[in-house]
Amino acid sequence: MSVDYEPLFSAKNLKLITTPLGSQNPITIQVLGICSALAVTAKLEPAIVMSISVMFVLVFSNFIISLLRNSIPSRIRIIVQLVIVAALVILVDQILKAFAYEVSLQLSVFVGLIITNCIIMGRLEAFALGNKPWQSVLDGIGNGAGYGVILIIIAFFRELLGSGTLTLPGLGTLHIIPQMFYDWGYQNNGFIILPPMALIVVGIIIWVQRARNEELIETK
Amino acid sequence: MDRQGNTYTFLYASVLVVVVAALLAFVSQSLKPIQDKNVEVAKKIDILKSVKIESTSKDAVKKYDQYIGDNSFIIDYNGDKVDGDAFIVNMEKEVKKSFKDREYPVYISTINGEKKIIVQVRGKGLWGPIWGYISLDSDKKTIFGATFGHKGETPGLGAEIDKTAFQAPFTGKIIFDKDGKFTSIQVNKNVDTSKDPHAVDAISGGTITSKGVEAMLKDCLGGYKNFLKK
Repeated sequence: MSVDYEPLFSAKNLKLITTPLGSQNPITIQVLGICSALAVTAKLEPAIVMSISVMFVLVFSNFIISLLRNSIPSRIRIIVQLVIVAALVILVDQILKAFAYEVSLQLSVFVGLIITNCIIMGRLEAFALGNKPWQSVLDGIGNGAGYGVILIIIAFFRELLGSGTLTLPGLGTLHIIPQMFYDWGYQNNGFIILPPMALIVVGIIIWVQRARNEELIETK
Repeated sequence: MDRQGNTYTFLYASVLVVVVAALLAFVSQSLKPIQDKNVEVAKKIDILKSVKIESTSKDAVKKYDQYIGDNSFIIDYNGDKVDGDAFIVNMEKEVKKSFKDREYPVYISTINGEKKIIVQVRGKGLWGPIWGYISLDSDKKTIFGATFGHKGETPGLGAEIDKTAFQAPFTGKIIFDKDGKFTSIQVNKNVDTSKDPHAVDAISGGTITSKGVEAMLKDCLGGYKNFLKK
């Protein structure tokens, strides 16, 4: 191995965190992880917990696979990745059941389904297998955050417009829309609570993002 | 050793699986007591809610001991007491049996000096199981309070059964008619239910869940009718 001591937060390393937040966002640009983005975003709290869980799994699986990358037999590398991801997912599920029981009920099967989240296998294959552990950890943080940011934006609008509330961890349910509005005839939009509306919110985010960043517009 | 050879591959896979299995078994075992405790506390919160006592995960155990404590028992279809701990009856298994083979848990709570009888119900919603606790006044036919929970009904629609707006109208409804015949409670969306002592409003957009609640009440309260007539 070559001995190159580049600083931990060199410009190149920082880019690993920032690009997935913007021009390489896993949800809006790579269109991965859409299923869970539809499923857990009806309320803000589960979306936040889901984002943290996915980031946890992503960072640790990237780190472990990167450590093992030179020893994994290439014929079973997908199976090895699956075992590691599955183990981490079960770990998250068990911890949530023990320490955040009510949230774990809301997330129900979707924690278990983190294993099928394409972002995780995608990053393992595309990044962790070919890069050093520290860079892989940064890549995990970046992609986890890129996923989480979109989830939280979607959940914010869906809960606000759908239920008139915002549910934050530790603070409980906050009623944002004043009762006065309801007295005047305002109604919560029940439609936006249904999963298809999350897709429309994702679509609007993609639209805004592409309109602001011309590099993302395909020239065909 | 040849990293692409069969021996290495098998060894690698075996070691990996054993290490991961050991780790998960350890975590699962060490977290189990906390998880069981959570399930128990959640159940106590639900039971207390059916007699309109609000509690949180912090004070539920204390309030449960205060209002209910050991005052629970199991009855059979004829309404006679049988041995066992009501709190650990698994309704999921019980509702699959026929009426006569089921065990019915009953909790007794004293609220402001009045005795309330709490019974347990469980059924099917649109996406998964729904459950609840119904408390009855000492006349054994007027509902004092009701609480429902669900595993994964549609948020904003069927999931509204766990909200006060759906549960509050159950108070004061009667599950037997004048002749003492069991009527259960209809969950209805077409008629003015405020005048009907045996019906409450369904949820718009949550028809299948509402029908699920109705079927659950008919099925489970029906099993208690011999006990309640005594």
